[in-house]
Amino acid sequence: MTLDTLRLTAEEAKGLLERREVSGAELRAAYREAIDTRNEELNCFLTLVDADENDGVPIALKDVISTKGVRTTAGSKILDEYVPVFDSTVADRCKAAGLQLLGKTNTDEFAMGSSTENSAYGPTRNPWDPERVPGGSGGGSAAAVSAGLAAWALGSDTGGSIKQPSALCGNVGLRPTYGTVSRYGIVAFASSLDQVGPVTKTVRDNALLYGIISGRDDRDSTTVEVPAVELPEAEDLKGLRVGVPRELNQAEGIEPGVAESVRRAIDLCAELGAQVGECELPRSVEYGLACYYLIAPAEASSNLARYDGVRYGLRVPADSYHELVARTRDAGFGDEPKRRIMLGTYALSAGYYEAYYGQAQKVRTVIAREFESAFESFDVLMSPTSPTVAFKIGEKSGNPLAMYLTDVLTIPPNMAGLPGLSIPCGLSEGLPVGLQLIGPQFSENTLFRAGHALERAIGFDTVPERLR
Amino acid sequence: MAITREDVLHVAALAQLELSEQEIARLTEQLGDILEAVGKVSELDLSDVPPTSHPLSVVNVFRPDEPRPCLPLEDVFANAPERDGDHFRVPPTGVAEESSA
Repeated sequence: MTLDTLRLTAEEAKGLLERREVSGAELRAAYREAIDTRNEELNCFLTLVDADENDGVPIALKDVISTKGVRTTAGSKILDEYVPVFDSTVADRCKAAGLQLLGKTNTDEFAMGSSTENSAYGPTRNPWDPERVPGGSGGGSAAAVSAGLAAWALGSDTGGSIKQPSALCGNVGLRPTYGTVSRYGIVAFASSLDQVGPVTKTVRDNALLYGIISGRDDRDSTTVEVPAVELPEAEDLKGLRVGVPRELNQAEGIEPGVAESVRRAIDLCAELGAQVGECELPRSVEYGLACYYLIAPAEASSNLARYDGVRYGLRVPADSYHELVARTRDAGFGDEPKRRIMLGTYALSAGYYEAYYGQAQKVRTVIAREFESAFESFDVLMSPTSPTVAFKIGEKSGNPLAMYLTDVLTIPPNMAGLPGLSIPCGLSEGLPVGLQLIGPQFSENTLFRAGHALERAIGFDTVPERLR
Repeated sequence: MAITREDVLHVAALAQLELSEQEIARLTEQLGDILEAVGKVSELDLSDVPPTSHPLSVVNVFRPDEPRPCLPLEDVFANAPERDGDHFRVPPTGVAEESSA
């Protein structure tokens, strides 16, 4: 049987395995062949796994997810030779569900970035146009799914690292409610924001994988019990109240082609039976980015203190302990982690703490309250996921602030711990546009339902045109 | 927000980063720009607003305080750059403090 990994959904692959129409080894071989053909150009994988005792649907994991016995770099030279001695809970749950691991995917260093250009192992390229970025930080996972190099994948999302690359590569990406997926064994970036989630071809695949990885974990005390995941079936949106936050849809920098594509998807909601209305998030969008770029770097500066050349990772020898630590960190970290460590350390330092970090924590409360108030009238909020389609490699890499702005629409809901689903809603300039669906905490089933109905109605072809 | 070279050196010392001259120059400029942008948060009067440190209202997650097996020592040291018996080996800790004082 010929397997077209570009078209095959994870759910279809699961069906083929269950009906014994294909073996796990045949399935793995098909993905390996796709990897052999296309990974050299795209650079999706940092480490490939040659064999796995499981024989379920093949998966790729972002390289911030610890995998026992399989190198885990977080896209950094400081962890170049690091081989975890334990599995993260999400890797463990994928194994327990029988999924076979294909490999570890490229990421901006420590998941800090929006283009995967900050990886110490070179950028990943967008399967729709290799001159362009796949988004980030989880560009490796998104590009792998889009190019048929994995049936599905896991990413991690702090400011938009699942949603934004999914949008730029034409995938379905879920950033789950904070606390629904264990962070045990995830290379920490900003602990009050980090969340692992699925990157898939369809909304149903996404719900299936979210069902596998979510749920309370004794090893992560920030996790909670999660409502049972329902595979979406309905093709209408009857009874759903869809809110269109003005600021998230009219923010400066949203490309006309992106706005138009999103507008069409929102119109489609009404045709499918939803009640659509406008709402406001006056301060969430205006202050969200600034709030994020204080809180996330502050938490990062603390989390990245552990890379000291003592217990694991790179060590640059020196005559004294302090020189060893400082030299190791200078040699091991790339520009972006250094920038964020410096920014976060500054924001937390004596004399500046209240004005920066303290104030940002209060802005976070303001953002959470604004969303809470919007959800009194609406079940789901919609906006573009990214203000632009995939941009050219190198276009923003010299200007940190321009790069940070690419997350302006994904960050506000993240600050409030809300789930967000990005689904492809059309093309602009021949490149995928993502629609962001935001719900209240623990509303994943509603997002899947709305996403599925819209996906059916939109009929987006997830296979990049140049690979068809 | 003007950031000086001295600010950068001070913060780099706090963050235990030994930066090159080129990095110091670049970060002095970039941190100034970024801090000016994120300083926007101070426009709002939020004196009555409580801070949020965590997105969920979860408090005090307890578990029974029972001993459980931990990683075997061989695993603990598996990635260690330098091991000395059951210890991580590092060079002397006092030298840098004396020389920079």
